[in-house]
Amino acid sequence: MTVEDQIDRFPVGMRVLAVDDDPTCLKVLENLLRKCQYHVTTTNQAIEALRMLRENRNKFDLVISDVNMPDMDGFKLLELVGLEMDLPVIMLSGHSDTKLVMKGVTHGAVDYLLKPVRIEELKNIWQHVVRKKNFDPRDQNKASNDKRCPNTAEEGNQSIMSDDSGDQNKNLGKKRKDQTEEEEDDGEGNGEDNDDPSSQKKPRVVWSVELHRKFVAAVNQLGLDKAVPKKILDLMNVEGLTRENVASHLQKYRLYLKKATQQASMVAALGSTDSYLRMGSIDGYAEFCTPSGSGRISSTALQSYASSGIFGRLNSPASLSMRSISSSTLIQPPVQPPNLNSTLSPLGNIQASIFPANQTSGLLQGIPTSIELNQSKQNCTTGITQVNQVSCSGFTAASGFRDGRLTVGTASNSLPSAASSNSLMLRGNSPQTHNSGAFRNQPPVRPASFGTDSFDVGICEPSNMLDYNRCNENWQNAAQLSKFPAHPLPLPLCEPFNNDPLPSTAISVTNTNTHIGHSPVDYSSRVAISVPLEDTGNELQCQEGLIGNILQPSSYTTPSQRWEEHKLEYSQNMSRPFNSVNSEVSSSRVKSSLGHNVNQKNATCSSSFDASFVGQLSGAPPSITRCTNDDTRLKSNDAYILEQMKSQDGFIQNNFGTLDDIMVPVVKREQNELTFLDGEMGFEAYPVGSCI
Amino acid sequence: MDGMVPLQKQILDYTASLFQEGYLDDQFNQLQELQDESNPDFVVEVVTLFFEDADRLLNELSKALVQESIDFRRLDAHVHQLKGSSSSIGAQRVQRVCISFRNCCQEQNIEGCLKSLQQVKHEYSLVKTKLETLFQMEEQLVAGRG
Repeated sequence: MTVEDQIDRFPVGMRVLAVDDDPTCLKVLENLLRKCQYHVTTTNQAIEALRMLRENRNKFDLVISDVNMPDMDGFKLLELVGLEMDLPVIMLSGHSDTKLVMKGVTHGAVDYLLKPVRIEELKNIWQHVVRKKNFDPRDQNKASNDKRCPNTAEEGNQSIMSDDSGDQNKNLGKKRKDQTEEEEDDGEGNGEDNDDPSSQKKPRVVWSVELHRKFVAAVNQLGLDKAVPKKILDLMNVEGLTRENVASHLQKYRLYLKKATQQASMVAALGSTDSYLRMGSIDGYAEFCTPSGSGRISSTALQSYASSGIFGRLNSPASLSMRSISSSTLIQPPVQPPNLNSTLSPLGNIQASIFPANQTSGLLQGIPTSIELNQSKQNCTTGITQVNQVSCSGFTAASGFRDGRLTVGTASNSLPSAASSNSLMLRGNSPQTHNSGAFRNQPPVRPASFGTDSFDVGICEPSNMLDYNRCNENWQNAAQLSKFPAHPLPLPLCEPFNNDPLPSTAISVTNTNTHIGHSPVDYSSRVAISVPLEDTGNELQCQEGLIGNILQPSSYTTPSQRWEEHKLEYSQNMSRPFNSVNSEVSSSRVKSSLGHNVNQKNATCSSSFDASFVGQLSGAPPSITRCTNDDTRLKSNDAYILEQMKSQDGFIQNNFGTLDDIMVPVVKREQNELTFLDGEMGFEAYPVGSCI
Repeated sequence: MDGMVPLQKQILDYTASLFQEGYLDDQFNQLQELQDESNPDFVVEVVTLFFEDADRLLNELSKALVQESIDFRRLDAHVHQLKGSSSSIGAQRVQRVCISFRNCCQEQNIEGCLKSLQQVKHEYSLVKTKLETLFQMEEQLVAGRG
């Protein structure tokens, strides 16, 4: 049949290359694939497979490869195929070991199947091809990301798994592209940041990574003791920024620093997992502090995180407090984790989906750890934790992450109102990201959603990252998320939220590792928690993600980090509740959503909530307390949100009935850290309209 | 022709008994479903492949276990492969024994490994015999029809 015929009848006739050294399995697989009406080529040697692929990349649409092969490691083949040919690769194994799945995700597999393979599983593998095709062109520019998001979202919807895998794919495959994109996005994000804060229309200032960087530079130049808002403002020389914005941001920053130092010691104590979290959170912060936004979430970042005391925080409730601190700026050791960040940040909320790409693991892991550390909530963390693992090893099959992601993503959507429409990219891949196995490429929850409207977009991005489900997913995307402050959630957030991309975000989270690092700048501004609280269910999740994200201007860089960072930042205000509340992600998400919801719902509260976020971002002290005040109103909302969140992903385990509830547990947990929330948190309620 | 029906029934009953006794699991059904006019001998082909592969693997395993210094990783790799292929055709009991075999490998328990190997061989020969019987019956059926 001609190529056209094949394409027209897609998925019938899809060309699959099957590689497995076991002849029995290969034969069975071949026949199963034939039964699905695919066009099958088989080989029992990986080397031979590579040769065939190199000979003509266009001869195949999809590769299925066994993990254990005598002549070459399946993961190696996976990497090579992904790098050279950019084809979707499905891993096949008799092992269902989580680590292996995570490895697959981080290496960029779009899916991970277990032997014996059943025909049902093979019937849907064509989706990975479609997804990859759709995403690739988009990666090039942000705008397209937006489009992608919806597309991915749709695709992702097909199945969580697919989302994850798709995300992963996307993330993995798009790693390179994503990186480019991230850079683009960063630039764009920054631009948006400038637009948002500077545009007079918007009341709230989004403390994007870039903005925060300038802020930090100014503060350092003046000396922390001598830094006064007026002078800082002058030094920063940013149009549209008012002294009040700077003042509130400065306050947060100082708190953050205080926490950071406390956490640093804690971090040291934390174990490796912490590193992940730390990385995630740190990244966000790091990003916040340092311009290194390139959120490359590489696993290396994780390492760096570990070192950063801040990370330690993340892992433990202490880390939560860090989050709160983070609001001001994550002074945290920038630790390279950017890579992690990506995974983490988005993951923080999400599960990072899965990040499938190896990178994602960093994110995811980082996120959950940091966020969830306290709780290790499976829900959120699953996504995230998975991610974490991934980050280390590669995103744990985004599946875990996915879930996390989903939750994250939802939150973001609704926020537009409160935050200066910083699209909360949080889309939070989380709930969905429970990875279907791979963090699935959550398409980097690109913060793109910076504007409220953009939120979707932004989230889509991140969600893409998160989808990393292929768990491994998409850290890269997650990285993108990192760009947006809101990103962290991208993974889970996006998903629930309109973002179709969310699923992808989960994965992207994984990939985003790289990305996440980037976006610190964008982060703050973006936080478009656009996740409409109203949406509740999904939104909540996203919102949280968003909120978390938004708060974390710095953490932006790494989605996972963001979350954590957000949390940190928020933690001051809200993040605390978030962090502690749910497994990191969910908590953050929830919180964010709560914030949003509250904001949105309660208008007043929302403002405070948003303000808190924004405040964090913009420096205005997030008045979580305020929110709590409004809680009464919000409570209903919050409760609603919480419930939604709960149901949504289960991440939200804590489901705060109200911010108070959230904050309380958080506070308890992080008593030390919580100072932020309770004491410090007493941020003044952010001006409702704007943190400006 | 009359003899066909009883034979058919015999085959069905026999197959059912194999499932009941756990020799085969649902995966075998999948194989059967894959068999059709365009692929009439699929099941036999695949199972034959499995037999060949399994023989080879068991051979390798036996050799590996009599070495002076046992390479457990290699051992594990072989067992893993055997597990994979047995699961692909639905040889459930063989698969199960492989799992416990792998545990022994991971624990580096030589005694356990030797024991497991015996078990695997035993289960394998059982299921092999049974499947061969089944195929013979089916052949008769086809021959009778033809």
